[in-house]
Amino acid sequence: MGPLSLPDVSGYDEMILPGGKVRDAYKGYHRWLLGQVHDGLLRKRKEAELQFHRVGITFNVYGEESGIERLIPFDALPRVIPAADWRRLEQGAIQRVRALNLFLHDIYHDQAIVRTGLVPAEQIFGNAQYQPCMQDLDLPNRVYSHISGVDVIRDGEGTWYVLEDNLRTPSGVSYMIENRRMMMRLFPELFAHQSVAPVEHYPSLLLETLQESGNGPNPTVVLLTPGRFNSAYFEHAFLAQQMGIELVEGADLFVKDGFVFMRTTAGPQRVDVIYRRIDDDYLDPLAFRPDSMLGVPGLLSVYRDGNVILANAMGTGVGDDKSIYPYVPDLIRFYLDEEPILANVPTWQCRDPKALDHVLAHLPELVIKEVHGAGGYGMLVGPAASRAEIEAFRERLKARPANYIAQPTLSLSTCPIFVEEGIAPRHIDLRPFVLSGKETRLVPGGLTRVAMSAGSLVVNSSQGGGTKDTWVLEDGSC
Amino acid sequence: MLSRTAADLYWLSRYFERAENTARMLDVAWNLSLIPFAVDAREEITAPLVITGSLASYQAAHDDIRVDEVMHFFTLDDGNPGSIFHCLRTARESAHAVRGKITAEMWESVNSTWLELREIRELGLEGYGASEFFDWVKNRSHLFRGATYGTSIRNDAFRFLRLGTFIERADSTARILDVKHQIDSAAGDGAVDFYRWHALLRSVGAYEAYREIYSEPINAERVSELLILRPEVPRSLRSCMQMLCELLPAIEGHAGQQSKRLAAVQFARLQYGDLDHIVDTGLHEYLTDFLRRINELADTIREEYLEVV
Repeated sequence: MGPLSLPDVSGYDEMILPGGKVRDAYKGYHRWLLGQVHDGLLRKRKEAELQFHRVGITFNVYGEESGIERLIPFDALPRVIPAADWRRLEQGAIQRVRALNLFLHDIYHDQAIVRTGLVPAEQIFGNAQYQPCMQDLDLPNRVYSHISGVDVIRDGEGTWYVLEDNLRTPSGVSYMIENRRMMMRLFPELFAHQSVAPVEHYPSLLLETLQESGNGPNPTVVLLTPGRFNSAYFEHAFLAQQMGIELVEGADLFVKDGFVFMRTTAGPQRVDVIYRRIDDDYLDPLAFRPDSMLGVPGLLSVYRDGNVILANAMGTGVGDDKSIYPYVPDLIRFYLDEEPILANVPTWQCRDPKALDHVLAHLPELVIKEVHGAGGYGMLVGPAASRAEIEAFRERLKARPANYIAQPTLSLSTCPIFVEEGIAPRHIDLRPFVLSGKETRLVPGGLTRVAMSAGSLVVNSSQGGGTKDTWVLEDGSC
Repeated sequence: MLSRTAADLYWLSRYFERAENTARMLDVAWNLSLIPFAVDAREEITAPLVITGSLASYQAAHDDIRVDEVMHFFTLDDGNPGSIFHCLRTARESAHAVRGKITAEMWESVNSTWLELREIRELGLEGYGASEFFDWVKNRSHLFRGATYGTSIRNDAFRFLRLGTFIERADSTARILDVKHQIDSAAGDGAVDFYRWHALLRSVGAYEAYREIYSEPINAERVSELLILRPEVPRSLRSCMQMLCELLPAIEGHAGQQSKRLAAVQFARLQYGDLDHIVDTGLHEYLTDFLRRINELADTIREEYLEVV
């Protein structure tokens, strides 16, 4: 096949305008693309796959035989964000994470937010992610969520919305870095002609953030992984190596005389900061799940004494829960005295009778989610559901309204990807990674996830979603 | 370095070395089994089972000792923990666990070995070719060693990788040398003996070394001297012990006193050993004692470095 042509788009496309013209930010890329042929890009895609397999950039799928790893589909067409858009996103994400850290500090100390009545007490203390053991514990810099993923989308009009916050153990940043490396390997000429903001320094910023979170100078930082069968193990190993720190499992650590040590070939060595990629419940079998082999017995008491730092802190999950999400714009106003830069998706809390009435009357148009659900379970997508499914869900909703929230069905923006037949638009989202140490910052970029099949809105890698490189174009570069 | 990391590095290189040594041993057995001998060729094909101490487990699953079945048992049999398939899979799993501690080129050499092995397994040993397979294993091992030697920084990670290599190699050389005792029926005729010594030297890659060092015909005493005492032969027991003696004290920290002592004592026995002593002791008795000592050293390394509590 010969030259490539651009597809028609409906809704908001990141690259292509209705009528077939190309947005300014994509002009440089488009000039290059006009000089490419279909077979050439096909070859590049094969080269990328081979390279990802050889380097082992894969993720494990639970329940499959060990040693079987899948590639996350990689798309070679970049997602481009103009500098002005990025600045707004960056400020908005920083603002949001600062407010959420202040919120977490507040609920684990004076609880002003509850006393003023802005957030109902049961939304916090009745939340399974709330950790009573965090009460009155003072953390350096008052930072709870050192690493946050803020998932944003554009709707059909091109407006940015925050879909959710991830304050526990957000993953995917290794793909952000590897995708960039792959693009520079496949298409070096693209980077010579446009100034794409670099993201490769993320690991050193992360290390700085972790070191800052400790109490003394030169803290020993480790990355705690559940082990090689975890779906994100590649990322754990990648980040540990890039930061030059030890990748440890629970069994490598032990508690003695009020401190955490790791077992080394030269004897026990003290550990000051743990970048943990294990959920709260598995961290300490003495305090939480006694059957867990992943954690470190006694870790919680060392943590409570301030003799080790956990990043992220325990109990951050209460801040990214769907039941707290609707309040985040109010949190920003309350703690920062600022107007939110990034909008929330309008959300009806079904625990409120008026909202429930509205939701029940508009079920076929809405998306209904379980408050504590994740991964697309227990969800109703109104426009895609049958009449019977809607009626069945109606009964569940009426039985336990407080368990649900509802949102309008957003049409995510699209971005062209490369498919067998040529170039076609697919829905995407974006996860920038926000680092909170002495200050709050992020590298210019993030992980763009792509729904690989036409029309699909599901971008999760566990459901076959792919990724692409994300370019923040410096000013004057287009 | 984390003890668990050290253990994974150690076993990574140990299993890779074991895969290579198994391929070397089988290559020779395979070739010998093709040569029409006056004596029963079954002995040649039984040798690998005896050397590796897996005769009983083989017989538990097979009625008869047949060339093709023994070959499969040692190469692609998933059920045999000593098969090349199993060794390379374990090596790859260990590498996966420490991929942050090894260079990208080392990881790629291990990972692509595993990916290719899975394809070879689809074809089967006959489909791929036995000799081709043994060459492939040796080449993959050379590649991994080259990547390790050429790209790894000289730190404890490198030292634990090398420790695994030399512990395994010392054990393997001693076992292969001992096989003469294990299978030799009363002295065969000259031709059979020649083929067997020749094969043994080739299996440890020391045939050229023998020719270079000695001008006399291949005989038992010289082969023993070459593979036990000569410092310039990379697979001799002395060379292996010398490497272990250099590696252990270079590891950071003060752990491992007993390991260092055991290695030093055994190295001195080889460094200042002589052939007459070995002949007087009896080769089999000498090697049995050596194997006991090297395994004691391996156990001590495990206790002092790899499972520190």
